[in-house]
Amino acid sequence: MNSNGTAVMESNQAPKKLWLDHVQEWLTTVDHKRIGLMYIGYALVFLIIAGLEAVLMRIQLAVPDNHFISPQVFNRMFTMHGTTMVFFVGMPILFGFGNYLVPLMIGARDMAFPRLNAFSFWISAFGGLLLYFSFLGGSGLYGAGSAPDVGWFAYAPLTSKIFSQGHSTDYWTLSIMLSGIGSVGTALNLIVTVITMRCKGMTMARIPLLCWLYVVTSWLTFLALGPLTAAQIMLCLDRFAGSHFFDVQAGGSAVLWMHFFWIFGHPEVYVLVLPAFAFANEIIPVFSRKPIFGYAAMVGASVLIGFISLGVWAHHMFTVGLGPAGNAFFTLSTMIVSVPTGIKIFNWMATMWGGKIRFATPMIFSLGFLFQFLIAGLTGVMLSVAPFDWQLGNSYFVVAHFHFVLVGAILYMIFAAFYYWYPKMFGRMLSETLGKWHFWLFTIGFHVTFDTMHIPGLLGMPRRVYTYPVDRGWGTLNMIETIGVVFQAVALLIFVWNMIDSYRKGKEAGPDPWDAWTLEWATSSPPPHYNFAVDPVVHSRRPLWDLKHPEQPDTHFE
Amino acid sequence: MTTQAEALRATADEWRLPDKGKVGMACLIVAESAIFIIFVIAYLYYLGKSLSGPTPAQVLSVPVFGTICLLSSSITVHFAVTTLEKNKTALSNLWLALTVLLGGIFMVSTAMEWHELIYEHGLTIQTNLFGTTYYSLVGLHASHVLVGLILLSAVLVFGLAGKLDHHHARRLDVLSYYWHFVDAVWIVVFTVVYVLGR
Repeated sequence: MNSNGTAVMESNQAPKKLWLDHVQEWLTTVDHKRIGLMYIGYALVFLIIAGLEAVLMRIQLAVPDNHFISPQVFNRMFTMHGTTMVFFVGMPILFGFGNYLVPLMIGARDMAFPRLNAFSFWISAFGGLLLYFSFLGGSGLYGAGSAPDVGWFAYAPLTSKIFSQGHSTDYWTLSIMLSGIGSVGTALNLIVTVITMRCKGMTMARIPLLCWLYVVTSWLTFLALGPLTAAQIMLCLDRFAGSHFFDVQAGGSAVLWMHFFWIFGHPEVYVLVLPAFAFANEIIPVFSRKPIFGYAAMVGASVLIGFISLGVWAHHMFTVGLGPAGNAFFTLSTMIVSVPTGIKIFNWMATMWGGKIRFATPMIFSLGFLFQFLIAGLTGVMLSVAPFDWQLGNSYFVVAHFHFVLVGAILYMIFAAFYYWYPKMFGRMLSETLGKWHFWLFTIGFHVTFDTMHIPGLLGMPRRVYTYPVDRGWGTLNMIETIGVVFQAVALLIFVWNMIDSYRKGKEAGPDPWDAWTLEWATSSPPPHYNFAVDPVVHSRRPLWDLKHPEQPDTHFE
Repeated sequence: MTTQAEALRATADEWRLPDKGKVGMACLIVAESAIFIIFVIAYLYYLGKSLSGPTPAQVLSVPVFGTICLLSSSITVHFAVTTLEKNKTALSNLWLALTVLLGGIFMVSTAMEWHELIYEHGLTIQTNLFGTTYYSLVGLHASHVLVGLILLSAVLVFGLAGKLDHHHARRLDVLSYYWHFVDAVWIVVFTVVYVLGR
């Protein structure tokens, strides 16, 4: 009776599921794959919102003496754009991929702490909603201000009660604190998963490089978000309890906030870029048909970044005046960071060297990443020189530099990751034709906007200006930048359409569409809840290669 | 070929992974340390920069008794773990109760110290930079002690209900790491606030 009963129930249950059942399943899930997908979906929604905010700013700046939006709205737009992109797009999308991929890649059935995982996601999601609720609730009873308008690094004393009335800054503080709690929870989960959940034979020297990079990213998350949380607690105390941490009138220091913020802010750049490196480490070898060049050197370089990047923060503060010792130290430490990143670029090139390269969409996005990351690194080295930075600090040159990192490098690898792992997540291939349209339109738009943006910076255009007079000669350049945005927007629409359309009509992917080597391709697409019916056992870094080439397994060479 | 297969089987048999709870707690301790470091830096940075009194030298007295109690509670929680490992549950409950008691005494001594500062010396978080940094640093630590006390009390309740045995020793061990961390932080806070800062 029992076995029969359950069998009947199962066969009946599948088609009868109401949509509410699905909602309930997703809301209560602790499955790392579903949580990963929710992270990614939630980040994509915020990507579109923050992208629209950027579009508004570009329209405002397209011509001189423009009044398309008011100065107050412009301030809110750059604050919300920056905050959203860093905390509610970058972090969740990268943690989403980490959540989805890390357990699959190490042959585990879930993360180490599934319920903590769900908690971390929902607390971060709540943080994002809280930030955007400020548009409605930010004015509180005071009727002053709506969304936060203090800039994404919220320098004191702008955040003090006198200059920021109402509750917009409080929403900013609390939402970041909540997302920080979620990020630390997920980072903890990722490290513990990699260290304690590996399948048999998966030693730390055999885990895919992606997992190593997520360990370093998580380590940096602890050491970056701790100080940020501490600084936000202090700001909260200042605003609610009347303490004086950043109150200059009572002897407090505005510069201390800058230090605390950038002790978070610079490692945060590496928290965001290391997962991008992680995707490149998986994608470039598969499409070059060669194992990664210099596995150990790659691990070493990543760990080095995890330490050196903790000692470079004050290069964001050269214009404050650090004194000769500070300037020399932070110039040199910043230059030294480019050594491990240089090692990585050479290793990726050496991986491709002599390989049989397949120019599929994930690979061309990776190539775009390599090229643009190099340029971002070069302007980075330029800005690390203190006297150069005195000239160009807080100009559009800086804005162009960090958008080369965040868009040209990180977003390109996120796109590559979508094209590479979408077949695993949904069982269907993304359209290669639309993918190439996406790549070329986005690349043209990206370079039209951000290559051009360096020049007004060199001509002295400061970041965050609301508008500028005609006689400065910045008009044409700004118009060109805004035109580039049109290409990027169209490319993004193609990408979104590609994901929707391929979900319904895409070619069946099968378990291993790219002929890849890591364990996530050993299970079906999409993987079952339990990932692997039988716990896998591995003998080398490329378990699927060993399986496909028993005559010449990697174990002979490692 | 056979030798290789044997070698692989050998590694598979010896497959041991670190304990989830311990690694997780180590990660939490790293993240928490980063928060505490920032508060300690703020305390040291603002030392002597208050524009008005009172100063630490005028009002702070060294909380010797509370400190001794808190630090000894690290030893008692250690014995609670080792006795639970040997399944001596009654003894383990005793050590746990002692730990909660000692932690509680520390909290009471902090409360009395704050009461004296607020009502006799007029020092609040709003008074000056010393008040701001003192209450936030000591308060951050005290809130961690409170969290530890709640968790330890929960374990004690289970212990008194007879629900604990040596299977739970591993979990209590993880909790004891947190408690040791809270004690270690107190050594730093004590040194900074009551020794260097006075």
